[in-house]
Amino acid sequence: MAERSETEEVKLLGMWASPFSRRIEIALTLKGVAYEFSEQDITNKSSLLLQLNPVYKMIPVLVHNGKPISESLVILEYIDDTWRNNPILPQDPCERATARFWAKLIDQQICVAAMKVVGKVGEERDAAVEAARDLLMFLEKELVGKDFFGGRSLGFVDIVATLVAFWLMRTEDLLGVKVVPVELFPEIHRWVKNLLGNDVIKKCTPPEDEHLAYIRARMDKLNIKSA
Amino acid sequence: MSSGEVKLIGAWASPFVMRPRVALNLKSVPYEFLQETFGSKSELLLKSNPVHKKIPVLLHADKPVCESNIIVEYIDETWSSSGPSILPSHPYDRAMARFWAAYIDEKWFVALRNFLKAEGEEDKKAVIAQMEEGNALLEKAFIDCSKGKPFFNGDNIGYLDISLGSFLAWLRVTELAASHKLLDEAKTPSLCKWAELFCNDPAVKPVMPETAKLAEFAKKIFAKPQA
Repeated sequence: MAERSETEEVKLLGMWASPFSRRIEIALTLKGVAYEFSEQDITNKSSLLLQLNPVYKMIPVLVHNGKPISESLVILEYIDDTWRNNPILPQDPCERATARFWAKLIDQQICVAAMKVVGKVGEERDAAVEAARDLLMFLEKELVGKDFFGGRSLGFVDIVATLVAFWLMRTEDLLGVKVVPVELFPEIHRWVKNLLGNDVIKKCTPPEDEHLAYIRARMDKLNIKSA
Repeated sequence: MSSGEVKLIGAWASPFVMRPRVALNLKSVPYEFLQETFGSKSELLLKSNPVHKKIPVLLHADKPVCESNIIVEYIDETWSSSGPSILPSHPYDRAMARFWAAYIDEKWFVALRNFLKAEGEEDKKAVIAQMEEGNALLEKAFIDCSKGKPFFNGDNIGYLDISLGSFLAWLRVTELAASHKLLDEAKTPSLCKWAELFCNDPAVKPVMPETAKLAEFAKKIFAKPQA
């Protein structure tokens, strides 16, 4: 159990529109950990970012008492290991393994599959949408009978899956295709409503209008047609 | 609860399967090894890992746990009072172990696998350069994590040792095929010393594939079909 020192310094190098950065803010806020947020320009990376994350040169980076930690899933586990109140991961080893499994699926496969839909048209897009939906169906089944992936309250997988709720699902109108329609994914839609009822989630999610404007601008810059 | 029968679905040549085997050995947990036949997937595997259909899968009292590093953490948490700790105890050290384990699987191993698939001298040279860059990072990581002790985890092998060490046999096969030392005493002296100690560890020796046998197997699976 880490001792709380009066000089405890927590800094987060992040970016307001990044799902990976926002999930760290959710975790810190759930635990009541005070932190300094340092907004980073990912198109013009600061020397501080490059120094603190030389391997990937990406946000988020959590700096705790001068020591940097990178990679959002690693940071989430570090936060849970360090501040033991309001646990994010379940206690039971089997449930922890399951939570880690879903988190990895979301980041390594669902996220990648969703990105593959962007900028595609016709048959290529249909195939990409189907591939993403096949993976999302596993999450859909996980939610049956539960308010959140974590059960009655928010947990690790919910935090990681905000990527689906507020990045994938929010951008459907821009993409011009409903990747996660309510007819196919009623549980996921129900879960998103539950998320929106949570104050920490509301606080730590990018404001919708600004967020959509930002994504539209990025798509324009990358010459991706938006609906 | 650590009671209940333990089975591991896997294959002798897989570095990912080797990881939970080393972990189970460290914790002195007896288990039944269910060897999959190369080229086909058993009903049990498909039922136990419907998402990825991949080995290894740990079955503990018939409950499946998937993904090699997740299984290793599960073993550490479930048999926590048995044998040495596989994950370090300090949150920051745990974060470093998880960070580098993720790097090994997502970047370093990808380079190794690309080498085995590479065709032509130019391709091979490019991948070797990539691998050497990765090895330099891991050499530094070793020095940082080990803090003067023989293993990444300190006095005993642990999570990160297992994560990287499980690739040593495949690394040797690659070195033979390339006629090029990838773990070089001049460039990565600490890793070379570590590799020898790791391979001689009693928890590792019984499950480390023999280089010659693995080289034969590699030839078979990477053989180009006749035109």
